[in-house]
Amino acid sequence: MASELRPISDQLRRRRTYRRVLGGIFYGLFLASVCVGIVGLVVLLYEVLSNGLPWMNWQFITDYPSRHPEEAGLFSALMGTMWLMAMTALFTVPVGVGAAIYLEEYAPRNILTRVIEINVANLAGVPSIVYGLLGLALFVTWFQLGRSILAGSMTLSLLVLPIVIISSREAIRAVPDSYRQAAYAMGADQWQVIKQVILPSAAPGILTGTILAMSRAIGEAAPVIAISALVYLTYVPAHPMDRFTVLPIQIYNWIARPQDEFRGLAAAGIIVLLVILLTMNAIAVFLRNRYQVRSEE
Amino acid sequence: MVLEKEHMKNVDAALTAKNLNVYYGDFLAIKDVNMAMKKNSVTALIGPSGCGKSTFLRCLNRMNDLITSASVRGEILFENLNIYSDNIDATEIRSRIGMVFQKPNPFPKSIYQNIAFGLKVNGFSGDTDEAVERSLRQASLWEEVKDRLNDSAFTLSGGQQQRLCIARALAVEPEVLLMDEPASALDPIATLAIEDLVRDLKARYTIIIVTHNMQQAARVSDETAFFMVGENRSGYLVEHDDTQRIFTNPSNVKTEEYITGRFS
Amino acid sequence: MRVEESKNISDQIISRRRGAIRIEGFIVKWVFFACAMISILTTTGILFTLIYQATSFFNEISIWEFLTGTRWTPILKPRSYGVLPLVSGTLLVTLIAALVALPTGLMTAIFLSEYAPDKLRRVVKPVLEVLAGIPTVVYGYFALTFVTPLLQTVFEGLIVFNALSAGLVMGVMIIPMVSSLSEDAMMAVPRNLREGAYALGATRYEVSIKIVVPAALSGIIAAFILAISRAIGETMLVTIAAGATPSLSFNPMESVQTMTAYIVQLSLGEAPVGSLEYNTIFAVGLVLFAMTFVMNLLGFWIVRRFRESY
Repeated sequence: MASELRPISDQLRRRRTYRRVLGGIFYGLFLASVCVGIVGLVVLLYEVLSNGLPWMNWQFITDYPSRHPEEAGLFSALMGTMWLMAMTALFTVPVGVGAAIYLEEYAPRNILTRVIEINVANLAGVPSIVYGLLGLALFVTWFQLGRSILAGSMTLSLLVLPIVIISSREAIRAVPDSYRQAAYAMGADQWQVIKQVILPSAAPGILTGTILAMSRAIGEAAPVIAISALVYLTYVPAHPMDRFTVLPIQIYNWIARPQDEFRGLAAAGIIVLLVILLTMNAIAVFLRNRYQVRSEE
Repeated sequence: MVLEKEHMKNVDAALTAKNLNVYYGDFLAIKDVNMAMKKNSVTALIGPSGCGKSTFLRCLNRMNDLITSASVRGEILFENLNIYSDNIDATEIRSRIGMVFQKPNPFPKSIYQNIAFGLKVNGFSGDTDEAVERSLRQASLWEEVKDRLNDSAFTLSGGQQQRLCIARALAVEPEVLLMDEPASALDPIATLAIEDLVRDLKARYTIIIVTHNMQQAARVSDETAFFMVGENRSGYLVEHDDTQRIFTNPSNVKTEEYITGRFS
Repeated sequence: MRVEESKNISDQIISRRRGAIRIEGFIVKWVFFACAMISILTTTGILFTLIYQATSFFNEISIWEFLTGTRWTPILKPRSYGVLPLVSGTLLVTLIAALVALPTGLMTAIFLSEYAPDKLRRVVKPVLEVLAGIPTVVYGYFALTFVTPLLQTVFEGLIVFNALSAGLVMGVMIIPMVSSLSEDAMMAVPRNLREGAYALGATRYEVSIKIVVPAALSGIIAAFILAISRAIGETMLVTIAAGATPSLSFNPMESVQTMTAYIVQLSLGEAPVGSLEYNTIFAVGLVLFAMTFVMNLLGFWIVRRFRESY
């Protein structure tokens, strides 16, 4: 095992075995830490699936919540989630993309721009419940929108706005400069270049970013609780000013109940939520891959 | 076709390459190199870009091991042992065959710590202060930094940083020092300082230096090996001889063309 | 003559069209500017809202009592409005999470950046991203239904709602964040530096721990700080698993209430808008925001100030 090179200087004993052993120990340690995350995920999914699958059936999706676990379903929460996501996207995408366009194409390198960028970075790190408090005081109370989907979606759109801005900026930045130069050289002015060259080219990337932002929004319970102030709702919202509940909150409601059956329901709800998330992320990844192929052509 | 002169074969060789072939994936980067590098002398490796001279250099201390797609066939003999044999640990080799890189790469630590790192890692048990001073003197840097050993290495100029890297390499007492275009990132004055240093060091060390600057090779080296790009873009050794002879009377017509600048 | 005339007309058409485009461009630019300003408005809105509502609270309860009081019973009599139990609850859970996530996340990052072959990285990184994307209610569920019973077999007499369960699961939850930010910091260390170390005969772990990690230290510390900030702001996990008992004790086996869990609790209650109880959520929210805001700023500042230039 040891090499046969003769040692050179007494003072430089190379301590081969010691270092090799130590290296092995560290390698094992590093490998083990990777396994913590992976094992944690596997165990979590196994738990959820084994507890929740028995409760999964069509009625589960189409029933309303009930005090009796056998009759309980998450229809109201599911519809609430759909409504909320649709309206959140409606608010956040135009504003986020608009901000991204401004920051990438128009903004001069001055203090104001720097302040805006710092703000976006900071807002990404603000706890989501604080957004809930903002929405409560501003949209629910001051704007008098009540505890409605409208207030909820405006709040959530502020929450995910930094994500949309950051990913849209990346998508815009990824547009090759040669496209811009060519368009300007033909005499187009800035807005024309953006409208006809940059946005179409960045669109898939922006779409991907939007999907990722929405997949963050879909799992948020805390800010929605602050706005809607309830966890148990047995009807489907009919218009934007209606009260509402969402999947994560319904899951929370079931977890908080003492009876064991509700744990199973909660797990089933989690499965539905994770399936939706998985689908959204799969679409985003698919889009990203297709987009990359196209830009290489 | 390598012209290996008889007088080049029977030398006291520090390193010998035997049938060395290097692949990056499927691409043959270096083909069939056979070369004996003389002890306590300076051997320059010259040739156009892409001819594989840096790749060859990096084989000599198994730095190519760090590149996953690289595979090395053939042998490199150091003290009668093939450094690529299975029972030899690459870290052993590297502490005996040191390397200085093209762009100075001091660690983001103090001048003292840069040199102490190599000592610590190799289990040095003597007086570190003394060893640091010794290395810095060998690298002709001691006078300039002796009062600021605790300053960050980045406060040094480019030429000083490179001499620091040389001192760092010398601290672990290697027998061979490999230098990959050590002066190419430096200004002319710093370059000359490095060349002077190389001439001083060869008394104690064997030096193999890659350079794209032929005048430098002529100034600094005792032997020169000329590499070329051959078929399929594989590099190969064209000629290896005393520097004097290579530059005044090369045996191979390609060597002559390169030297006289008919192509670069 | 005629040629010049027609040139004149087409010039006019072009310039009129150009004019319209220019006006459109002008309007559009300011619309986009307004969109960008919304981010500043949001921050201002948050600050304003929290401070405004908290001021209503502080009109009745002194700031001193709030910040130094050791009992938090805003709803039950006798009422007491000291926020320290909530802060200590938050810090306790965060501490446990940090003890789990910081070393593990860093070591994961070292593995991915220095050891793992490309194929392994491409498998492990998406897995960690999945871990990061799971909604926190799911982690709360996991803590309550799996981790707590498991811990109860180890620690007899452990009550159902406790800080330890929540802290451990929260730790696993933020591993991806620590790992990915630390890895970014380490990947930014130039290859050049590593090669210099390898060339001296250093082994892989020596290069990783003695050269790369110190070289990436500012980024790693920033990663730690941002992850801790995330843990402080986490809501659903602690609401579900840590309990609703504000307590100043640092015993992880006990039930605690974090600042975020309190806000949820009160939001689900029946405190009328504008009442003192209602305003407590803004006072607590202000403390929460201040803590995370300072930590985020600290994280960004450390990166800017101490970024090593290579």
